[in-house]
Amino acid sequence: MLSLLRFITCGSVDDGKSTLVGRLLYESHQVFDDQMSALQKDSSRFGTQGDELDLALLVDGLHAEREQGITIDVAYRFFGTPARRFIVADTPGHEQYTRNMATGASTAQLAVLLIDARKGVLIQTCRHSRIVAMLGVKHVVLAVNKMDLMGWDPQVFDKIVADYRAFAAELQFTAVQAIPLSALTGDNVTAASAHTPWYPGPPLLTYLEGVETAGTRAEAPFRMPVQWVNRPHLDFRGFCGRVASGGVKPGDRVVVLPSGIESTVKTVIGAGAEVGAAGQGDSITLTLADEVDVGRGDVIAAAAAPVPVTDQFEARLLWMSEHPLVAGRPYFLKIHSSQVGAVVSRIKFRMDVNSGAHLAATSLALNEIGVINVSTDRPVPYEIYEQGKRLGAFILIDRLTNETAGAGMIDFPLRRAANLHWQAMSVDKGARAALKLQRPRCLWLTGLSGSGKSTIANLLEKRLHAAGRHTCMLDGDNVRHGLNRDLGFTEADRVENIRRVAEVARLMVDAGLIVIVSFISPYRAERAFARSLFEAGEFQEIYVNAPLEECERRDPKHLYAKAWRGELKNFTGIDSAYEAPEASELELDTLHDHPDACVEKIVRGLSL
Amino acid sequence: MLNELESDAIEIIREAMATAARPVMLYSIGKDSSVMLRLAQKAFWPAPLPFPLMHIDTTWKFREMIEFRDCIERETGVRLIVHTNREALAQGINPFTHGSERHTDLMKTVALKQALDAHGFDLAFGGARRDEEKSRAKERVFSFRAPGHRWDPKAQRPELWNLYNTRINPGESIRVFPLSNWTEADIWQYIEQEHIPIVPLYFAKLRPVVPRGGQWLMVDDERMPLEPGEVPQMRMVRFRTLGCYPLTAAIESQATTLAEIVRETLYARTSERQGRLIDHDGAASMERKKQEGYF
Repeated sequence: MLSLLRFITCGSVDDGKSTLVGRLLYESHQVFDDQMSALQKDSSRFGTQGDELDLALLVDGLHAEREQGITIDVAYRFFGTPARRFIVADTPGHEQYTRNMATGASTAQLAVLLIDARKGVLIQTCRHSRIVAMLGVKHVVLAVNKMDLMGWDPQVFDKIVADYRAFAAELQFTAVQAIPLSALTGDNVTAASAHTPWYPGPPLLTYLEGVETAGTRAEAPFRMPVQWVNRPHLDFRGFCGRVASGGVKPGDRVVVLPSGIESTVKTVIGAGAEVGAAGQGDSITLTLADEVDVGRGDVIAAAAAPVPVTDQFEARLLWMSEHPLVAGRPYFLKIHSSQVGAVVSRIKFRMDVNSGAHLAATSLALNEIGVINVSTDRPVPYEIYEQGKRLGAFILIDRLTNETAGAGMIDFPLRRAANLHWQAMSVDKGARAALKLQRPRCLWLTGLSGSGKSTIANLLEKRLHAAGRHTCMLDGDNVRHGLNRDLGFTEADRVENIRRVAEVARLMVDAGLIVIVSFISPYRAERAFARSLFEAGEFQEIYVNAPLEECERRDPKHLYAKAWRGELKNFTGIDSAYEAPEASELELDTLHDHPDACVEKIVRGLSL
Repeated sequence: MLNELESDAIEIIREAMATAARPVMLYSIGKDSSVMLRLAQKAFWPAPLPFPLMHIDTTWKFREMIEFRDCIERETGVRLIVHTNREALAQGINPFTHGSERHTDLMKTVALKQALDAHGFDLAFGGARRDEEKSRAKERVFSFRAPGHRWDPKAQRPELWNLYNTRINPGESIRVFPLSNWTEADIWQYIEQEHIPIVPLYFAKLRPVVPRGGQWLMVDDERMPLEPGEVPQMRMVRFRTLGCYPLTAAIESQATTLAEIVRETLYARTSERQGRLIDHDGAASMERKKQEGYF
C-alpha cells in the first residue's frame, strides 16, 4: 500500500504557489483531457501568462480567484506517483486570508514554503513559517522559485537560503530542504534541471516521494475521545470515537476522564464488525465490562496512563476573527469532541511575526498570534499539543455569530492561582463574618431587563436588613454611574463590567457581607466566571425568570421600545442573546409570583 | 489508504450526527451515495441508520436507478424520503424544452431547498468529493449555509485539524461531505473491496444510444425526442456518473467487472464530470449553482 503525504504550499503573494501545484498536477499526469481544454480556454481569458498555459488556473477554482488572479481559499488537490500518494493544500498568500492558510497547515505533515527569488525572505514568509511551526509541522521545503528570472545564479539562492536559515533557527524544524526551481518552466520540479549543476539535491517531487515525516509515537498510550454513545437497545452500549493514539484490545484496563472511573474493554468494534484490536487513527466502537457513565466529550484512556484534566491552561493562539479577541469575553471552546464555555483570562503577549518578539497586548486582532491563559467552565481531558494534536488542539467559537474565531494549541496547564502570591491576612473572612453573626454570600440575580431583578433585590435587602443582616447591593445601573463609569456597551466593555462587579462582590464577601448583585448578565460563561471567584456555597445564582413578551410589556425603563426603534444596539432579548441558567440555585417565576413571594422563596430557599 | 479514508469518513458522520438536531443523508443513487450509505451503516453498527435518506427525484433519472433505489430501501430497511418539485413538474419543466440549466435549477436546487425546509433538516450529508471539480476542491468538510441555503465561498469558516464547528443559528444549516478527500479511484476500489451493490448502468453493456454534441446519450424512455432521421444504435457503453438521463453522457467501454472499471479509472484520460452536461453551462457554473444551494 502506498503511503500518503499531506503537504501544503505556502508563502507570500505571487510567489507562485498555485502555479507550482498546477505544475505538479500537470507533470504527474493528473490533468484530464477535458480539464486541459478548459484550461486552454481559461488561460486565454483569465491567464497571466500571455498565450502560455496558466497552470495556476488548475487550482484557483473560485470565480473571484480567477478574476483577480489570486488564491483566496485553500484548495485540496490529489495526485500520485508510483511511489506515493499526495494530498496538497494550496493555500493563499495574502495576509487577510491567513486563517485559510492555517486551515491547510493544520493537517499537513510537510510545508513547501515558496520564496520569490527576486524578493527573498518577506514578512509573509516569516508569518507562514511561524504558523507552520506553531501547528507542529516539522518538515519544510524551501522552494526558491522563479530562479529562471535570476539567471539561475547560485549566489542568489545561497543568500536566500542563508537568510532563511538564520530566521528559522529558533523554529525547531527537523529538516529544511532548499531547492532552486521554476514552477513556470518546470525546472527542478519533477526532473533535475540542466540550469543547476551547482545544486546537488533532488528535484521537488523526488524529495516529496522519499521524505520520512512519520514521527508517530508507536509506544504512545491509548486515548480515544468519545464522539457518540451508541445505544440501539438496552443490552448494548457502545462508545464511538477515533483512536487518537496507542492501541486497544479486549481485556485492556481503561479509565474514563474526567470522571476517573475505571473499567475493562469488553469488545472492540471496527468499521461494522468486531475486531481483535485497533490502533491509532481507527474509528471504532468500544463496549466496557462495567456499567459506567460515559458521554460525548469524555476521553477513554489506558488505565496505566490516564490523560490529565484541567480547567485552566496556557496556549498559543491564532486569532481568525474580524472582531478582536478581548480577555474576559466568553467563547465556546471545542477540544476533541468536547465543547465547553471558556474565557481567555489573560493575554500574556502578542508575538511579532517577523522577529518573534513578545509584545504587550490587551487584545488580539485578525491574524495575530499570541500566548494566552484560558479558563473553562468545567474540567476537560487534554494533552499538551506537542505530545498529541488530537487532544491538544482547540478552537474558540464566537457565542453570537458562531464563527470559528481562534485556533489554539495547549502548552501547559495552570494550577488555579498557583502563580499568584496572596497577601496573607491574619483577620480572615471567617473572623469578620463571625463578628456579624452571619454567613457571607453573593446572591447573583440574573434575568432579562424588566424581569423584576431590581424590585426583588430592593425588597430582599430591606427584609435582610430588618433581620439584622449586614448587606450591600450592587445594581447594574448604579454601578455604571460610578465604578464602571468609563465602560460603554461594546462586548469587551460588557465583559469588563461583569468582571469588576464580580471582583467587588468577592471583596465584600471577604468583608463578611451578604452581597446582592442585580445584573442582566446574559452569558453563562460570565456568570461561571463570577462563580469561579467564590468558595463552594458562597455564590448563589438566582434566575429571575419572566417571558420576554412580559418584560417588553412592563418595559419600566422604556428600553425595549428604544431597542425596537433601533436606538439601542446589542440589547439583551432583542438583538443580543440571553442564555438562561442551566443549574441556578434558585429560579423565580415573576410572571405568576408576587415580588414578596419571590423574596420569601429566596430567604427560605437559601436559609438566609 | 482506504482504511484511513474510511475512518475519516466515519468520524465525520458521527460528529455530524452527534451535533445536529435533524440530520438527513442526501441519496442520489450513484456510486458515491452507495459508498456514503455503507460508511454511515458502519459508523453506527450494530444500531440501524439513525437518520433518513432523501432522494430528490427530478423524474428524469434512468429507470434502472429508480429500480435500484427501491430495492435498497426494501433490502436495508432504511427510511427513504423522495421529493419532487411538484409545481415545476405540473408546469411541465423538462431538460429538452427548458434547457439543462433551468431544469437543474428547478428540479434539483429548488426541489432540494423545498425538501430541506419542509422537513426542517439542519444538516444534510452529501457525497461530493473534492477531486470532482475545482470549486468543490475549495469546499470545507462541514460547509456552512446561510439562511436560504446559500453558500458564500469567500467567507468559509476556517476548518482546522479534525475540529468541526457545528454551531448554527436558527435558519442556518450545514452540508457535510464525508467523502471530501476520496478520489474516483478510491471510490471504485472501496466498492470492489466491500462488495457494495451499485446501479448496473456503471457496467458496460449494449445500450441504445444516440450521438449528441460529441457525446453518447442513452435513449432511456419514449420521452426523449429524436431528431429527424435519428435512430438509436446499440453500443457497448457504461456511465461514470449517473444523473438525469438526458444530461448524462455514456462512455464507450468494455468494462463489465469492477476490476475492469478500476483499471479503466486509473488510466482514464478524461474526468468523470465530462459526462455531466450541466457542468459546461458556463464558466464557474458549478460554483454559481452551489452558491444558490445546489449540492
